Amino acid sequence: MPALNLVEAVNRALARAMEDDPRVVVLGEDVGVNGGVFRATVGLLERFGPERVVDTPLSEALIAGMAIGMAAEGLRPVVEIQFAGFAYATLDQILNHAGRLRHRTQGRLSCPMVMRMPCGACIRAPEHHSESPEAIFAHVPGIRVVAPSSPARAYGLLLAAIADPDPVVFLEPARLYRLWREEVADDGAPLALDRAFVLREGSDLTLVSWGAMVYETLSAADALAREGVRAEVIDVATLKPLDEETILASVAKTGRCVVVTEAPRTCSFASEVAAVLAGRGLTSLLAPVERVTGWDTVTPLARLEARYMPDVPRILAAARRALAYR
Amino acid sequence: MSVVARFEVRYTQYLDERGRALGPLPEFARDPRALVPAYRAMVLMRALDAKAIALQRTGRMGTYASTLGKEAIDAGCGAVLEKDDVVLPSYRESGVLFLRGVAPHRVFLYWGGDERGNVFPESPRDFPFCVPIATQLAHAVGVAYAIRLRGERRAALAFAGDGATSKGDFHEALNAAGVWCLPLVVLVVNNQYAISMPRRRQTAAETLAQKAIAAGIACEQVDGNDAIAVRDVVGRALARARAGDGPTLVEALTYRLSDHTTADDASRYRSAEELAEAWKREPVARLRAWLAANGAWTKEDEVALERECAARAEAAAKAYLETPPPDPEQMFRHLYAQLPAAYRWQRAAACGEATEDACA
Repeated sequence: MPALNLVEAVNRALARAMEDDPRVVVLGEDVGVNGGVFRATVGLLERFGPERVVDTPLSEALIAGMAIGMAAEGLRPVVEIQFAGFAYATLDQILNHAGRLRHRTQGRLSCPMVMRMPCGACIRAPEHHSESPEAIFAHVPGIRVVAPSSPARAYGLLLAAIADPDPVVFLEPARLYRLWREEVADDGAPLALDRAFVLREGSDLTLVSWGAMVYETLSAADALAREGVRAEVIDVATLKPLDEETILASVAKTGRCVVVTEAPRTCSFASEVAAVLAGRGLTSLLAPVERVTGWDTVTPLARLEARYMPDVPRILAAARRALAYR
Repeated sequence: MSVVARFEVRYTQYLDERGRALGPLPEFARDPRALVPAYRAMVLMRALDAKAIALQRTGRMGTYASTLGKEAIDAGCGAVLEKDDVVLPSYRESGVLFLRGVAPHRVFLYWGGDERGNVFPESPRDFPFCVPIATQLAHAVGVAYAIRLRGERRAALAFAGDGATSKGDFHEALNAAGVWCLPLVVLVVNNQYAISMPRRRQTAAETLAQKAIAAGIACEQVDGNDAIAVRDVVGRALARARAGDGPTLVEALTYRLSDHTTADDASRYRSAEELAEAWKREPVARLRAWLAANGAWTKEDEVALERECAARAEAAAKAYLETPPPDPEQMFRHLYAQLPAAYRWQRAAACGEATEDACA
């Protein structure tokens, strides 16, 4: 089995999907000749040709909209938006059309498209390159929102997203792209798109996260383990539809929960997890649900990022508050 | 200094305001009887439009966007579309859809507030009505790309209004269509108004057609009240598209003889004199005058057609009004190919089969 980093796993999944299904096309800015600014699409142009690996004009709204047209005409478009900060221009298309086409035509037309984008901060990039828009997309009816946190899950979830008959927004954690390698079987096997992953079992506390923050969350769980605290770590992975049962089952066991996201706090997806626990898990809770989030500020530029991002000490502080609550 | 490029925009009109030929007509109009189906369709569009407004005014339909004045555009396009082409309408192209075979009561259903109005079993690849402005043009690029990728001899025909040409989506779509030489025709229905905003305040450009020049694609202006001219210009543009000779922007000049929708009052922003002037150029009387002058239409034909169209409008209204409202499950039925388990309780609650605390 090859040892792949996350962006290589994305690349393998794209190649596998294109190999297995001639309807799959990849489109976006610089995805062809250049192989994508993060090299997620490297080699695809050579293997599958410029008709299926499409360098587009610089038009995010067009790219999302044309993918809808392609999908309705029977293709399986996989869009790359260069950075999540530029995906806001696609919202008109995703909200008004991608998520509605099947319903509006009562199943006559459908929209099996994937819109991938690198998300999150701490990659020392310029303004607008550090956004975490998952809550914005998770609010859109009729779509799925997926945020992988490891090479193997990126591979399996992306294959599932491409095979899915409905639109999927696929949020890739940019700062994890090359952080580590792990063995990924290039077997074409998809993962379920409606299931959270329990990455570590524990009985004292539940830590919930998704995307890049899963990395810090696991580090915090390590630190807690050294203090004798057994934290259960859940990677939500698919934010929409949310696998409430896995989170509720964990909190039923632990009674305490910390939710971690780098997105701004208000109406963040952490708020949705907290609302689920308040609505369905109240009798399990032994402590208030802690949200560790970015501040309600503009995502700062690189020199202040460290003061914005949730980090292991902030997660640990929240975990200790939850553990100490009586 | 030297001139590096020159451009021109051609304008096509065959019939004057009173239906007299201005010069030689295109081949398809040599036999005037060939235009009778288009005329019949235009009269039917007008009857259905009047019926829809009557239904709205009597509280039996929601807000409705009238098609009054654009019948020649819809009939001209309908005549040259092939079955396998794909139509991407805005919200004012019900006339085109009727000619695609879509049953009129479906259009009433749509404006009556029922999603089943966008189910077109008669033309299954055509897109639904599109209310957000110009967004359908991006879809049309994708449709045309798919057609070209598979090497098919088909084309996409997308509609937008004059206001749409001010949107980025319009320019992005034209630009991309040019880059990939796509089998796409974009038809701008220039009816002179985007709700209250007159064409002259929408852009400083002399024509809307010329906006295609910046995208490097073919463009033409056509008299949108002249069914022969529309059929000629759009027919040639679609033929070029299907043959792989690239996209075209067609600006069809017409006038919105109605309010923007039944929720609008156009007298707030345009004069009765202007409207009266526009009525002199309207398309239905023009084509009828030409057909009559060329021996292809009689008063008796007109009386019979009016009776027939009134009956069809009545039947459409009946079919619409007799369609039972959808059950609440419809909100969920086609939201996804298969409703995710996470939302099943919501469906049950909406259908009254469970209480909202069923989630707990």
